[in-house]
Amino acid sequence: MRNLILAAALTLVAAPALAEGGYRMPPLQNAAVTKECGACHMAFQPQFLPQRSWQAIMGNLSNHFGENAALPEATRAEIEAYMVTNASDGLTWKSGFAAGIPADQIPLRITELPKWKREHREIGGAAFTSGKVKTPANCVSCHAAAASGFFEDD
Amino acid sequence: MNKTILAAIVAALSILAVGPATAEPARDAILADLLLQAKTADGGFGGFAAERGKGFFLASPASGKPDTPSCTTCHTPSPQNTGKTRAGKEIKPMAVSANPARFTDPAEVEKWFGRNCNSVLGRDCTAAEKGDFITFMASQ
Repeated sequence: MRNLILAAALTLVAAPALAEGGYRMPPLQNAAVTKECGACHMAFQPQFLPQRSWQAIMGNLSNHFGENAALPEATRAEIEAYMVTNASDGLTWKSGFAAGIPADQIPLRITELPKWKREHREIGGAAFTSGKVKTPANCVSCHAAAASGFFEDD
Repeated sequence: MNKTILAAIVAALSILAVGPATAEPARDAILADLLLQAKTADGGFGGFAAERGKGFFLASPASGKPDTPSCTTCHTPSPQNTGKTRAGKEIKPMAVSANPARFTDPAEVEKWFGRNCNSVLGRDCTAAEKGDFITFMASQ
């Protein structure tokens, strides 16, 4: 019975809320992730990428998309554990965001995922590199509430 | 606490603060530790210089990662300015006058020198370079 309730609860939170033109991710709940990842870019929610992606990213911080983002080992390990546990194919919340990617592929950029591209197909490439936005990884420049997990339609 | 005793303690502490003083005990402690390291590496080391730190900050070594040829790539040439990461996030000013919390947490200082020296220079910074850099930013 307890398992049934748990399963029902998980199903409820597992439904990606796409209603009313927006996408909802659970808010981050790890202070180290918020502080360390958020120092240079929006702290992306772990549900955007599968476990193998977070393992690859957190295992190569000395070359993190062209920069050295090394962390003390204890902090690095804590962040990796949180990201892997809550990944798109993790234990807590199946976002389906990275579903359909062949198991032998390890996506490293959220912006390369087919689902991300579909959601942004109407946006021209120039809009992503303009002065204000700078890079498509800068979610908050268009989705003001992205850091708290709500990606409203612009 | 009695105000007279408090004033006496404050006065005593300010007399104790010697060495490369930036009027912030936590920053002074970081500089004192770097000075010890610099003197260990070079017995003739004569102390940090803001002018050398300025030259270091404004240089374009381009010996590290291609996307970060210089400090100013992200921090802009003025330490008073708010910088911007490559991912578009704001970086608080490096100048202590504009951002008094700079260089007061030893773990943060080590973390950022560790990362950015390797990104920009392709190697760790020396203690002398770090001390010059902080001394320059503390004077700004």
